[in-house]
Amino acid sequence: MTVPQHIITIAAIVLGTMLTRFLPFIAFREDKPTPKYIQYLGKVLPSAVFALLVVFCLKNVSFVSGNHGLPEIIAIAVTAALHFWKKQMLLSIAGGTICYMLLVQFVF
Amino acid sequence: MTQKKTNLKAAFKAAFPKTIPIFAGFWFLGMTYGILMNVSGFSFLYPLFMSMSIFAGSMEFIAVSLLLATFQPLQAFLMALMINARHLFYGISMLDKYRGTGIKKFYLIFGLCDETFSINYTAQIPEGVDRGWFMFFVTILNQFYWVSGSTLGGILGSYIKFNTGGIEFAMTAMFVVIFLDQWIKEKNHISALIGIGVSVVCLLVFKADKFIIPSMIGIVVMLTLLRKPLEKEVAA
Repeated sequence: MTVPQHIITIAAIVLGTMLTRFLPFIAFREDKPTPKYIQYLGKVLPSAVFALLVVFCLKNVSFVSGNHGLPEIIAIAVTAALHFWKKQMLLSIAGGTICYMLLVQFVF
Repeated sequence: MTQKKTNLKAAFKAAFPKTIPIFAGFWFLGMTYGILMNVSGFSFLYPLFMSMSIFAGSMEFIAVSLLLATFQPLQAFLMALMINARHLFYGISMLDKYRGTGIKKFYLIFGLCDETFSINYTAQIPEGVDRGWFMFFVTILNQFYWVSGSTLGGILGSYIKFNTGGIEFAMTAMFVVIFLDQWIKEKNHISALIGIGVSVVCLLVFKADKFIIPSMIGIVVMLTLLRKPLEKEVAA
């Protein structure tokens, strides 16, 4: 990508993000209830979107060749175990990332 | 004028302590993001301007991989919409609270990230402290932590002596943790499982470069089709 393409990409992200922040204040008035379908999506969409993002992060990992995605699988297991144990977001992220760095630098 | 100054000071004094925990988190994640940008070959100006203009942490992490891929602005726009869709519901919840805050309202809406929402939505603002200025300081302090952390990471990235190979996993770990938090909170996991199923199928069918938009469409279609039974589950 060229620098102008970077700027257009970032502008597209800003536009999308700001739409999600400003839309409620433009579209909904306090005296009118939020449409039921929107309320429903608000409840169920986040789980599915974060699942999609986890898959997105792993999109270039090959599970059938190379190291079969073992560093990723182990590091995700460590992240999840830390999170179930301590429920400290930063600790789980830091622990999982350090584990992954050690694995790809020294083991695989 | 002095009255206004006292008001501002009181609002700042009430707001600052509430943001200290966010400071720790934003500096840690912001620096990781800045270092990641740096090792991906971007100048610190990128995290600086992106944190000022986008100001949505998870989206900025995703943006690193979008900037490294082929030029697909429509996909970037749609991803920003989907990833940040939760902001719609923060906005709806804040309609009332942000009313009557004057010109500050524009910035309050602009800076409405997860952490700012959680403070401004739940805070018991002390008697006599101006509500608008309190929320304004919470918002601007949080953004200041994020912008400074990510810019610092972008600068320090060049001076780091240890091997940063694998640091990109911070993004995966972050989404795994957010996903798990959702998983623990929810009564049933149908939506989470739809999210995994649809994206894995789309990844296999459309391949890594092109699977995001089909996945998003698939997820919304599935959730819309399953609305009746899922709403019953949620209500039960």
